[in-house]
Amino acid sequence: MTKHIKIINPHILDYSAISKLFLCLLLLCTGCDNSPWNNPYPNQDSAKNIYYDSFSERPKHLDPVSSYSSNEYVFLGQIYEPPLQYHFLKRPYELIPLTAIELPKPELFDKKGQLLEEDANLGTIDRVKYKISIKPDILYQPHPAFAKNASGKYLYHDLNTQKLSNIHALSDFDTVGTRKLLAKDYVYQIKRMAHPRVHSPISGLMAKYILGLNDFAEELSKIEKDNPGTSFIDLNDYELPGARVIDDTTFEITLSQKYPQFLYWLSMSFFAPMPWEADYFYSQAGMTEKNITLDWYPVGTGPFMLSENNPNLRMVLERNPNFRGEAFPSEGESGDQASGLLDDASKKMPFIDKAIYSLEKESIPAWNKFLQGYYDTSGIVSDSFDQAVQFNLQGNAELTDEMQEKGIRLLTAVTTSTSYMGFNMADEVIGGDSERARLLRRAISITVDYEEYISIFANGRGKPAQGPIPPGIFGNVQGEAGINPYVYQWQGDRPVRHSIEHAKELLAQAGYPEGRDNTNGKQLVLNLDSPAAGPGSKASFDWMRKQFAKLGINLVIRATDYNRFQEKMRKGTAQIFQWGWNADYPDPENFFFLLYGPNAKINHNGENAANYKNAEFDELFNQMKSMSNGPERQAVIDKMVEVVRKDAPWLWGFHPVGFSLHHQWYKNAKPNLMANNTLKYKRIEPRLRTESRSLWNQPIWWPIALLIFLALILLLPAIISYRRKETESIL
Amino acid sequence: MISYILRRIAYAFPILVGVNIITFILFFVVNTPDDMARMQLGMKRVSETAITKWKEERGYDKPILWNSSSESLEKITDTIFFQNSVKLFVFDFGRSDSGRDIGHDISQRMWPSLAITVPSLLLGLLAYISFGLTLAFFRGSYVDVSGVILCVVMMSISGLFYIIGGQYLIGKFLHLVPISGYDTGFNAIKFTILPILVGLIGGIGASTRWYRTIFLEEMGKDYVRTAKAKGLSEARVLYQHVLMNGLIPILTGVVVVLPSLFMGSLIVESFFAIPGLGSYTIDAISRQDFAIVRSMVFLGSVLYIIGLILTDISYTLVDPRVRLN
Repeated sequence: MTKHIKIINPHILDYSAISKLFLCLLLLCTGCDNSPWNNPYPNQDSAKNIYYDSFSERPKHLDPVSSYSSNEYVFLGQIYEPPLQYHFLKRPYELIPLTAIELPKPELFDKKGQLLEEDANLGTIDRVKYKISIKPDILYQPHPAFAKNASGKYLYHDLNTQKLSNIHALSDFDTVGTRKLLAKDYVYQIKRMAHPRVHSPISGLMAKYILGLNDFAEELSKIEKDNPGTSFIDLNDYELPGARVIDDTTFEITLSQKYPQFLYWLSMSFFAPMPWEADYFYSQAGMTEKNITLDWYPVGTGPFMLSENNPNLRMVLERNPNFRGEAFPSEGESGDQASGLLDDASKKMPFIDKAIYSLEKESIPAWNKFLQGYYDTSGIVSDSFDQAVQFNLQGNAELTDEMQEKGIRLLTAVTTSTSYMGFNMADEVIGGDSERARLLRRAISITVDYEEYISIFANGRGKPAQGPIPPGIFGNVQGEAGINPYVYQWQGDRPVRHSIEHAKELLAQAGYPEGRDNTNGKQLVLNLDSPAAGPGSKASFDWMRKQFAKLGINLVIRATDYNRFQEKMRKGTAQIFQWGWNADYPDPENFFFLLYGPNAKINHNGENAANYKNAEFDELFNQMKSMSNGPERQAVIDKMVEVVRKDAPWLWGFHPVGFSLHHQWYKNAKPNLMANNTLKYKRIEPRLRTESRSLWNQPIWWPIALLIFLALILLLPAIISYRRKETESIL
Repeated sequence: MISYILRRIAYAFPILVGVNIITFILFFVVNTPDDMARMQLGMKRVSETAITKWKEERGYDKPILWNSSSESLEKITDTIFFQNSVKLFVFDFGRSDSGRDIGHDISQRMWPSLAITVPSLLLGLLAYISFGLTLAFFRGSYVDVSGVILCVVMMSISGLFYIIGGQYLIGKFLHLVPISGYDTGFNAIKFTILPILVGLIGGIGASTRWYRTIFLEEMGKDYVRTAKAKGLSEARVLYQHVLMNGLIPILTGVVVVLPSLFMGSLIVESFFAIPGLGSYTIDAISRQDFAIVRSMVFLGSVLYIIGLILTDISYTLVDPRVRLN
């Protein structure tokens, strides 16, 4: 009898012991208080003024002159301060000074150095100068590169491998220092664009405009070749004609031609200041081997500094103790007052002390943690869309009851980007300037029903495009006047796509009646190249085939990986392709240049993937890009839009609409698709967040107890049976 | 035995060279150095000059396996393959294409992987052996039949289902542990519970069935019949004799995976946001960082070979009849 118990009990004790161990571990982890057990953050942080968010892709570069990715701007935008920024509330987007005292005005000069009028003829302009004065008394974040001893000598500017033996991270340096922001730091950064080792993605573009940048790059390359092994080139020792220091707080940038869009670039981190001390500090022997580089540890003057850079786990921004403070905007667009966006007007920013961004590679855990209150904001992935959003009878998006009960709020905004389908204009069938090809493209433009595409594949999150310019960008025309007459007609109060019959007529005029080539009677076969090669793309490909099949055209999908896709685009071997563009700045030039002939992929390796070339359009582009916004520029833009609508080098596709959610404790939320430095405007109510988290995350134990109970009940008959078998006698 | 081990180590070299060649060929068939440069430099406005400079700096401007323009031995040595492979054999992994020290990253990221894989292995062994023994103990009864059916069902379910289901049930619905994330030190414990539990449950089906088979096979042997004939109880036979003898194939099966524990799990680490070596490898593949990919493949191969050698050695330790010659 006793023996049986000994056999059976270990299993029972196992379960019990495991349960107790599990409980103890959980109690240990949660600190034995009332905090939720599933809280991924330390309990002592619950009441702190911390903003929580996630990121899915680790940043590749944090050097402001190399970084050119939105997932990097999330961090860089808070750390570095270029001279200008976008107004947080006003629309259309408006540039305002950040470290600059005022918006710089261009001064135009002719070849003789004579000052010209603002509207001077383009042919007479030889130089354009921007004089930028920065605010005094701006300080850099604490950083060892600035640390000095009592005699004023830099503490960490003579490092070597031996001295670095106990240094493994930037935080291992005992002493930090700071200094004032100087105009020469901006000039230093502009010079860094030409540095052969930095690989600034805009160096090629800026070399077209900043005077002497190309020659400067060649000079630096030569210096590097002549001095192999040199890790540091003091750029202050070399003159760049296009960037010059005037005094401690003023510098001047000289462009070789008129380029009004240059001001937008001055709001991007490429033009953030870089102190030579930091460049020198990171270039010392042994630093790269220790992974201590400028690409990993930024040095800025902004409201936040990167206190933890662990992109495999989390990125932490903390308030820069040396930040001068900046006032929250006191004016915005109509409706901002009513929606509480001006409640913090003129208050000193930033409002939060710390921002923690946790790595979430998969969208499902990130979404669930947002619902539990562990992230303050979230996007909406397709899998979760129905749970979060529903469309009312008027077709407007609104939150589901579940979201509303949690006090979650929805923000939507048409993005300053475009998702299009391009025709390779170098292709013999679909491309070219012939009327036959033009009519074929226009017939396809009518047939591919992007309204349906948006509804099926984007959960309604898109606005069909009428041309290359998205809403919110100067040049976009709304309403009846803004529709593409080659694809749409205005009916009632909305644009309606022309009928399929009309498209078939165009196709017949093009010489493809019922989708058959009238020269040989064969069915027209077109190829669509797409980088979306995953199984999730099959449905959209099937849909696309059906669209072309309406005209009797056989569409062949050539799905490939992104590398091969890019190669095809560079070589011009694709016929039809899907691609997109996200605006660098809110100016029509940033979209029209995608169709500018000299920017073609073939031969020029530019961004004009359709290889579109139209002399009239190119001439208008050159005229438009140097004009100021106004009726004259609008007229030129209208002409350009008409040219490309008629030629139809793209199916204009759609402009995605961004949906974002935020909790009720997250204040001052307004979509700003241009600004990267919006963290300073955000405000959190930690008390409300703590209460909500506690309410939403009470641990539930009964299913576990029930499971154990059921397991025991199921085992019991077997145990009884075994006991009976063991004790029964043979005779 | 020492000569055997040395011989096995010597055999490892051609295997590692072969693995390296295959890795190189496969990687460069999919990704050209130009693609890698574009990925690192960014997709917008990248100039050909920048691409050329990037390749020159990292030695990707050389031919991959054979440099026909060079003289004599340099035809082999002045190639991407040779320049990148030789140092691997002294475990100098070099720098990633983004400039980070790979050796340092590996030393940092192996701990989160181990924090998941080691407890998963130990607790898994405990649970699977217990379940296997239980089924064997109740063999032929409804417990055994229903247990086997349950095991087959659990084997048939995708691992991804356990991960998402575990996150939903334990993290989201029951609110017992964080859904994902990681931390350092003791704070890591609460983040490891769910992935360990999910890994453990996901492995129940296959492992329990395997262990049950091992134990049942042992139970059919002569010494078991002898023990029963001597009057030992069923439980004593099972736990004292069958378990000990059944551990031989289990032990050798475990030893082979021990070194691989460092490499972590690709999917689990990705879903639970564990900053281990599994996610390091996945990241490198998606970022086309060849330096990391080749290092991780090399490391994986070395660890696998070590695992096989350890298995051979463990055979001699647990079964005196086996000799390494």
